[in-house]
Amino acid sequence: MKIAVASGKGGTGKTMVAANLAFVVSQSCDVTLVDCDVEEPNLHLFFQDAPAVTDVTVPIPVFDLQTCDRCGKCAEFCQYGAITVLPDRILFFPELCHSCGGCMLVCPKGAIHEEPVRIGQVTIVHPSSRLTLITGILDEGKPHATPVIRAAKDMSRDAGIVICDAAPGTACPVVETLEGCDACILVTESTPFGLHDLHLAAEVADHLGVPVGVVINRSDGQDKKTLEFCATHELTVLMTIPFDRGIATVQNRGGLICRQSPEWQGRFAELFARCRELAGEIQ
Amino acid sequence: MKICITSQGSTLDAPVEERFGRAPYFMIIDTETGSSEAIENRFAEATGGVGPKAAQLLIAHQVTALISGMVGGNAREVLMAAGIQMYTYRAGGLVKDALEQFTNNKLERAG
Repeated sequence: MKIAVASGKGGTGKTMVAANLAFVVSQSCDVTLVDCDVEEPNLHLFFQDAPAVTDVTVPIPVFDLQTCDRCGKCAEFCQYGAITVLPDRILFFPELCHSCGGCMLVCPKGAIHEEPVRIGQVTIVHPSSRLTLITGILDEGKPHATPVIRAAKDMSRDAGIVICDAAPGTACPVVETLEGCDACILVTESTPFGLHDLHLAAEVADHLGVPVGVVINRSDGQDKKTLEFCATHELTVLMTIPFDRGIATVQNRGGLICRQSPEWQGRFAELFARCRELAGEIQ
Repeated sequence: MKICITSQGSTLDAPVEERFGRAPYFMIIDTETGSSEAIENRFAEATGGVGPKAAQLLIAHQVTALISGMVGGNAREVLMAAGIQMYTYRAGGLVKDALEQFTNNKLERAG
């Protein structure tokens, strides 16, 4: 079973929910936690350990100017404008390249070959015998997060229970993270921005066919608009976490509220059970 | 010589388009014969890489000068490599106004 934790608005508490959920589940089952916020991963702050590192590379074309006869077919094929053919040379923009491999295939002279270029890395740590943390990290300055997210998720493909911590927003990285998941927890806060972005995120999950449950974080008890929204859109509210300085203190020190509070451990265990219902695993 | 003016429409009476890569039309004018041709920019709505695509289009039409309002970094690189001189026109007029300014050497070179 794969559960994604996403949000829409940033800073609502995705990582807090994902980390605590994974910790609680690992008390009784094997679980793999995947940090898919590859531009700004932070789960490792809660599970510090020396990681095993693998590079993530993507193939980019290299042009043999001796063999090339400037026919321009590669540039014509490229959907991303990454190749421009001039009479005396080829201009290649690596940040526009999406590594589709098409230019190499259409070249009639075989003047293009591919070479791998590093764009990031994936690290693995084992905070406990039952918990594995996989972190995807995109190198600074590299524009495409999705291949790194794919590589991180790929490393979890044999795991029975996977929890993916998504990036904020609703762009390509979030879509890549949500794809193939059996359920999605959307973490929100009861503010106008929170609600606006929850709406967008719910639409994306719906479009991808991933069932959604909502966690309202930092609640001040005035959640009427959010609750009305969830009711209208048939979104189950799975849990409400109060706005509490004590929780923030634990979180800010890299701690998990479930580690120190049996009550929170119980509540997150219940969250997991409700996720299983959402994913259709139990009735 | 053949010059290009970025345009919002397909005639010389259309307003000038300030953007290069996402201009709806490229007006190609032969300064010797006075003839003009409107090329629809089929890459205008692409998510990215429009600059190089537009520049390649100009190269294919043997354009040697471009009159536009704003040219992005990637397009600039291609245009400079191809030896196409860029000129700036931001007066908000029509294509024929920009053409007249160019003919009278009133336009500033851009890079």
